Amino acid sequence: MGDSAVIAGQLFNGISLASILLLAALGLALSFGVMRVINMAHGEMLMVGGYISYLVLRVVHGPMAFVCALAAAFLGAALLGGLLELAIVRHLYGRPLDTLLATWGISLILQQGARSVFGPIGVEVTAPHWLEGSFVFEKGILAGVSLPYVRLFIIALAVFVLAAMGLFIARTSWGLWLRAVHQDREMAEAHGVNTRWVDLLVFALGTGIAGLAGSALALIAPVTPTVGQSYIVYAFLVVIVGGLGSLLGTILAAVLVGLFSSSVQIFTSVSLADVLLLVVVVIFIQFRPRGIVLRQSRALEEG
Amino acid sequence: MNRFFFNKRARFAVCGLAVLTVAIFVLPIRSGWAAEETIKVGVLHSLTGTMAISEVTVKNATLLAIEQINASGGVLGKRIEPVVEDGASDPAIFAQKAQKLIQEQKVVTVFGGWTSASRKAMLPVFERFHSLLWYPVQFEGNECSPNIMYSGAQPNQQILPALDWAYEKGYKRIFLLGSDYVFPRTANLILKKHIAHRGLVMTGEEYVPLGGTDFSSVITKIKLAKPDIIFNTLNGDSNVSFFKQMSAAGLPPSKLPVMSFSIAEQEAKAMGPSLVAGSYAAWNYFESLSASANKQFVKAYRAKFGQDSALDDPMAHGYIDVISWAAAVKKAGTLDPAAVRKAAAQLDWADSCMGKIKFAKNQSLYQTAYVGQLQPDGEFHILWQSKEPLLPEPYDPLSFPGKSCVLQ
Repeated sequence: MGDSAVIAGQLFNGISLASILLLAALGLALSFGVMRVINMAHGEMLMVGGYISYLVLRVVHGPMAFVCALAAAFLGAALLGGLLELAIVRHLYGRPLDTLLATWGISLILQQGARSVFGPIGVEVTAPHWLEGSFVFEKGILAGVSLPYVRLFIIALAVFVLAAMGLFIARTSWGLWLRAVHQDREMAEAHGVNTRWVDLLVFALGTGIAGLAGSALALIAPVTPTVGQSYIVYAFLVVIVGGLGSLLGTILAAVLVGLFSSSVQIFTSVSLADVLLLVVVVIFIQFRPRGIVLRQSRALEEG
Repeated sequence: MNRFFFNKRARFAVCGLAVLTVAIFVLPIRSGWAAEETIKVGVLHSLTGTMAISEVTVKNATLLAIEQINASGGVLGKRIEPVVEDGASDPAIFAQKAQKLIQEQKVVTVFGGWTSASRKAMLPVFERFHSLLWYPVQFEGNECSPNIMYSGAQPNQQILPALDWAYEKGYKRIFLLGSDYVFPRTANLILKKHIAHRGLVMTGEEYVPLGGTDFSSVITKIKLAKPDIIFNTLNGDSNVSFFKQMSAAGLPPSKLPVMSFSIAEQEAKAMGPSLVAGSYAAWNYFESLSASANKQFVKAYRAKFGQDSALDDPMAHGYIDVISWAAAVKKAGTLDPAAVRKAAAQLDWADSCMGKIKFAKNQSLYQTAYVGQLQPDGEFHILWQSKEPLLPEPYDPLSFPGKSCVLQ
């Protein structure tokens, strides 16, 4: 492998990491951006998605089984998120600390629930045959670079989710209401937008995307009761760096964090890269406390 | 004040409390009189928290040994009574519960511990009360206390034999990968000295934070380093991510061999054996060992705890610790910890589920090292074993020259 091949390989790793971070953080950015709800149980929604795909893969077989698993994980997690919103989160609006505590409690309950139902040691989700192996450059300056199909799939999925979300927000009437609530809740309400329904939709959509992410990440990581914990910190990091409540910022932040981590990791070590990442983020927040993209929003001013 | 006592409900409550208090203090004494005299031993493992997965099975194996000894008459003519406590995966709780077992429950010895952190936390307690802990897990060595019987492998009984095996197989370029904590760092410190000493090449050394899930850059480094074999001290779930991502990158264990030091039958079962099939492991016990003592052990354990139970190295050590303690008590004729530990080191060679074993003067165990290859069914196929049981060395002479473990 030549130098350019190594650089290209790491660039790919960075993009791959960015797509993982993005999938993990998108739902969080959505519910925080529109509803000001810091959902501590977001990581557990990824975990739920992983377990749902495990269950689906036990019943459904064949090459398209994993697609079914993805869909089921999205729907299942969205349903669970919707129920949580109706039962708990809805009653705590405007009380950020209480929401924090309540969703943290939910996260503990979900972890213990998974432990009681599936046991503490985790379950096995394996990639379907069509995702095995990798795309290898045979010649040219990139000779030796191999792009695993699983990682390409996760990148494609992240792009797909982004595109679908973009279309949804820009082109549908629900999207219009969502933007209205995001910009000014009271004014939207005064114009007849049912904010309760929008909140429910946003929360369910956010958790649904988390479930989808959990299902995809099960291809390269374990599915255990505590797996959500290993993503939640990075998801918050991306949302904060991106700018609270900004989807564009979240995307930029995920790409920056992914590229930064992978380029530092190759010169130092994984542990040191984590430390440097946190140092850089802390310094960054000092200068831009609102993140990369500043969003003008009444709701933010109030918060 | 008077009013309170005249209140009927309050009087009722006070009487109730009084009766309850008397009951709590008196009843145990009465039932104590009625029961036969027993010997209490402590069993201290994490029954909750992250370590529970591994430690509950060691506790089971320990209780099985106690039950078997009781069935054949107990020790010194008395029944052994296990007092089980939960260390809750927290070193501070391990220390606290150890003190409770010794002071309040008056146990004569304790079987338990898993992580080095839990052992280091309990060590001062056992030294202060002159009691004795039987520790069943392989560890990084570099410690030597008269109040601990270290039956788990010292580095020269697990990681160095694996290096011997790799050398014999002709693997020259070695990559060291581990989780970022004390065992992998110390193990690799020792390995590096021996790799250099044998004229082999260390092609890289990488650590990933505990629980880390992204190995993309590590895999790039492995590809650049072109090792013949990876020595893997990753812990827990990180292994799942590592093997999944290695396979996705076109490097399953069949293409690039991996020798793991923290994957036993339990872990392989949890990860899904198909994922790690073909990788190697070095231990002092495998479920597939053919000795008749092992066949009996496996059969007895499964009869008690379920036919699909996986048995592994720390469980075997938990089991033989109790057997060795009982034999030492018999030899010493007393329960005194100082006499028992001296007697334990003077016991003859014994045939156990792990092969021939004997406690050395440094209170660690002479034991055979095995290298196995994981099969798709979750069993290890044994490829290699050391010629004889290895003398345990708490301080590796190459890495820690001049240090030795001499106990009186």
